[in-house]
Amino acid sequence: MEQEHIQISNPILQLKDVSISYSPGKNAVKNVSADIARNKITAIMGPSGCGKSTLLRAINRMHELYPDIKIMGEILLDGKNILKMNPMEVRRMAGMVFQRPNPFPTMSIFDNVVAGYKLNGISLGKSEKEEIVERCLTNVGLWNEVKDSLFKKGTFLSGGQQQRLCIARALALKPDVLLMDEPTSALDPIATNRIEELLLDLKNEFSIVIVTHNMSQAARISDYSMFMYLGELVEYDTTQTMFTNPKDKRTNEYLSGQFG
Amino acid sequence: MRDKIFKKLLVGCCILVLLVCAGMIYSLVSGSLSAFNQYGFFHFIGSSEWDPHPDRETYGALSFIVGTLLTSFLALIFCIPFSLPVALFTGSYFRGKKIATFISSIIDLLAGIPSIVYGLWGFYTFRPIIIDLGLNSQGFGILTSSIILAIMIIPYASSLSGEFISMVPNELKEAAYSLGGTRLDVIRTVTLPNAGSGIFASYILALGRALGETMAVTMLIGNTNNLPRSLVDTGNTMASIIANQFGEADGLKLSSLIAIGLLLFGITAVINLIAKFIMKKFN
Ligand SMILES: Nc1ncnc2c1ncn2[C@@H]1O[C@H](COP(=O)(O)OP(=O)(O)OP(=O)(O)O)[C@@H](O)[C@H]1O
Ligand SMILES: [Mg+2]
Repeated sequence: MEQEHIQISNPILQLKDVSISYSPGKNAVKNVSADIARNKITAIMGPSGCGKSTLLRAINRMHELYPDIKIMGEILLDGKNILKMNPMEVRRMAGMVFQRPNPFPTMSIFDNVVAGYKLNGISLGKSEKEEIVERCLTNVGLWNEVKDSLFKKGTFLSGGQQQRLCIARALALKPDVLLMDEPTSALDPIATNRIEELLLDLKNEFSIVIVTHNMSQAARISDYSMFMYLGELVEYDTTQTMFTNPKDKRTNEYLSGQFG
Repeated sequence: MRDKIFKKLLVGCCILVLLVCAGMIYSLVSGSLSAFNQYGFFHFIGSSEWDPHPDRETYGALSFIVGTLLTSFLALIFCIPFSLPVALFTGSYFRGKKIATFISSIIDLLAGIPSIVYGLWGFYTFRPIIIDLGLNSQGFGILTSSIILAIMIIPYASSLSGEFISMVPNELKEAAYSLGGTRLDVIRTVTLPNAGSGIFASYILALGRALGETMAVTMLIGNTNNLPRSLVDTGNTMASIIANQFGEADGLKLSSLIAIGLLLFGITAVINLIAKFIMKKFN
């Protein structure tokens, strides 16, 4: 089916008729087409099970870890079809932050930040590493909090600090786009608030796609919003329009809390 | 009422088991006292003399302690390059796949083969290979036993360490993949380090099994009582010297054998405790 969505000029990401299935004949994501804006925050909303995570994870080809998952359509990152690229390269270009903070427990804070380089077999000099660690931890507002305990394990940090560490870890590889799957749903309001402020800062440098269940969060931080329902992209517009003047009945019902 | 009786019954059984245990330790200790008194504890474990001649009877455990440690550690070293890949295969690469289940059940089958069968196989099939290679004229010895021991502990080491590898949380592996790691990178930087202490504990447990393994070793080690000078030398382990000599032993010799039994018991108990402790910390 063809949906008419908002036009984005010079998009970072283009989804073209993307369908994803966990088992043959049952699509968890159905014919989603959308362009995603550069240096903006795009929120994906929708009730549980509507395919948000499935779609987001396809963008850095996490689905390939699970051979049953099949994907159709095209996903272009900076104009190149990621489904035809080397998956390791795609994953370096599209950083991912997960719902539960997951720093590597065997590594220090310092090593967590540069883990991406280690995982890619890129060896950096000491000063290069130090530069990256300081820059990325500063980026996520963690530098002052942890600069004296860089060589302690990342798992000793609070949940919110751990999540910011995971964001720093993703940023260290200088991705084109940052994919976040409900990054604050395991955090308390104060930690959530810090991450939201952080994202607003980060969008100057990165393009961000964030899945969220939290409508007020989407309203607070996102520039564009998608509403998905049963695998379809029902509505995609500027967040302002979506929240003030939704076009689809289902969007309206969801935003007014009638289901979800 | 019935509940109470049942509970009493359970408590009774537990106490009985503990008593049996205590009794065993007591008889081991009391049996070995005359050897320890005669030679002194440290001299007994530090001397490699084993001379049953009635006029100058002297017994020391060093040759067998060395034989045991040599064969067990060698077996452990030989087993790692085989069990670790199997563990990675079943616990990571093909976790949950039919092929992994198939391989695990074959491995479990290996674990169920009685020691005597390994001994026979080693004696008739493997020993001639050692002879043909010219390593040793009879084919018996430390090396032969270690290799058979290694085969025997591969199942334990691989299934246990595979278990720990498969327990590494998926979210950590996903995080590693999301940073662009290849499978090998993820195993190297995330899976193995996170399963590390569990894998280590698995190998310690496997070592514990190798230390006490008796039958196959007795058949293959060559049954000599001197300190082994090289890997192809014959010798005896603590378990095999007991198996070889308990039948005709009495007096001081019997006490010395019991003392060796007590030492072996102590070593395996400590090894197992260490492994359990590491595993507990892991969880
Ligand atoms: N591993 C899986 N195997 C089979 N089906 C799955 C699997 N994961 C998700 N699904 C199905 O795919 C659909 C979309 O799931 P997805 O996790 O993308 O939803 P979501 O929008 O992220 O939900 P939530 O808000 O609860 O995270 C659901 O119907 C779900 O049942
Ligand atoms: Mg989800």
